[in-house]
Amino acid sequence: MFVKGIATGMYTTFRHLFRKPVTTQYPEQKRTVRRRFKGRHSLHRYENGLEKCIGCSLCAAACPADAIFVESAENTDEQRYSPGERYASTYEINMLRCIFCGYCEDACPTEAIILGDNYELSFTDRREALYTKEMLLLPVHESAQITPQKVEPGVFNRSVPVMQDPDD
Amino acid sequence: MELAFFVEWIIKAVLMLAFLIVGFAYTTYLERKTLARMQVRYGPNRAGPFGLLQPVADGVKLIFKEELIPKKADKLIFILAPVLTVIPALVMLAVVPFGGTINLFGREISLSIAGDLNIGILYITAIASISVYGIVLAGWASNNKYAMMGGIRSTAQMISYELALALAFIGPILLASTMSVNGIVSAQGRIGWFIIFQPIGFIIFFLATMAEINRSPFDMPEAEQELTAGYHVEYSGMKFALFMMTEYIKMIVISVLCATLFLGGYLGPFVDQVPWLGPVYLGIKTLLLMFIIIWIRATMPRIRYDRLMDFGWKILLPLAIFNVFLTGVIIILFPNFFS
Repeated sequence: MFVKGIATGMYTTFRHLFRKPVTTQYPEQKRTVRRRFKGRHSLHRYENGLEKCIGCSLCAAACPADAIFVESAENTDEQRYSPGERYASTYEINMLRCIFCGYCEDACPTEAIILGDNYELSFTDRREALYTKEMLLLPVHESAQITPQKVEPGVFNRSVPVMQDPDD
Repeated sequence: MELAFFVEWIIKAVLMLAFLIVGFAYTTYLERKTLARMQVRYGPNRAGPFGLLQPVADGVKLIFKEELIPKKADKLIFILAPVLTVIPALVMLAVVPFGGTINLFGREISLSIAGDLNIGILYITAIASISVYGIVLAGWASNNKYAMMGGIRSTAQMISYELALALAFIGPILLASTMSVNGIVSAQGRIGWFIIFQPIGFIIFFLATMAEINRSPFDMPEAEQELTAGYHVEYSGMKFALFMMTEYIKMIVISVLCATLFLGGYLGPFVDQVPWLGPVYLGIKTLLLMFIIIWIRATMPRIRYDRLMDFGWKILLPLAIFNVFLTGVIIILFPNFFS
């Protein structure tokens, strides 16, 4: 009575035997991430080398997991880290608390903190999970100068530049 | 009794045990790989080339696991139960002929361990029934009500299907007019493979043995581990490995038996001239049957316990009795053909 159903089922599994498996063999083959994938954070810079982060700690306020810790300090023209008045002197993200939701990226007024594509984050000690500013900050281009920079007074007064809507 | 006889006997026994245990290890590998490919994924392919060392890795893991015996468990029976289950599986193949006689070192050696036992089939059914004890004792000795229920269910399943199994054995016995397994194989050489004359018998045998070894889709006692418990829930480490060993060794054993009784055993083209081809043919038939068993596991969902018992008592048993009746009638109608 069930013979036809069983036979159809067995034929199906037999056909599947000859299909190419769909598994990606992980460390050797990696799948490309999606366009808006939320991975490891990074603090971006402008073309001239100044950091985008102005230390406003809106990201820390937006974070639902309370993973970000920001302390800000005054910029001077002799030692300028970012355009405007303030910069983040201490910036730490606790990767064990972070839920990779992207709210900090949405909250940032200068598009400083961006969640990138890297998902292979591992540490062997809980203290190594606290990512400091040095670990998060992107390196600077060869054409620009490293911060702190010495600039002319009065050039970089505006903290938040004129920006377009993000496309990613 | 000369020394050469003992040496021959011991070597054959050791070879068969070694074959069964290595066979068990690589049957687990074959099953995992085949199931995986049927599910469009790779099987184990990290441990060694193509995952061939996976059974070794599993064995090492099980050896290093902590052996836990529950406090109020009946210790002697708890330790004996897996042993009681696995030994019948290992000795069932003693009467099966793997080939004709070969000439080695000046002796005629027949490729079967216990020689030509004239009640071979009775031996097989008797030994198969002993392993039921191991399971019910495992459930009892665990001092765990879920294990007890799992053990009882498994026991009930096994003894129900033993009836249909014994009746399925009767078909080949009638056709060959002998209970010795050698006689059945040579009768198939004269008449033709018994699957042609006993198609229903073959199917009954196949299904009944799959239910005997608690194999999918009849593996409710085993699957209960996922649901509540099975009879081997309190076992860990090597004792658990012995239960797994039982299942896979029995899978090999029933494939060999099915091939011997219905598919001609070691017979095949040119086996008289080249006796070494006998085990090769038997091996090919066994692998084919094992593949079918694994294929059925990949395809069918588990049968619910009450439907499983219904199937054994209300469908397989009447069908097996009818098969015996039909075989008897045909033998009486054509006596010369089946002499």
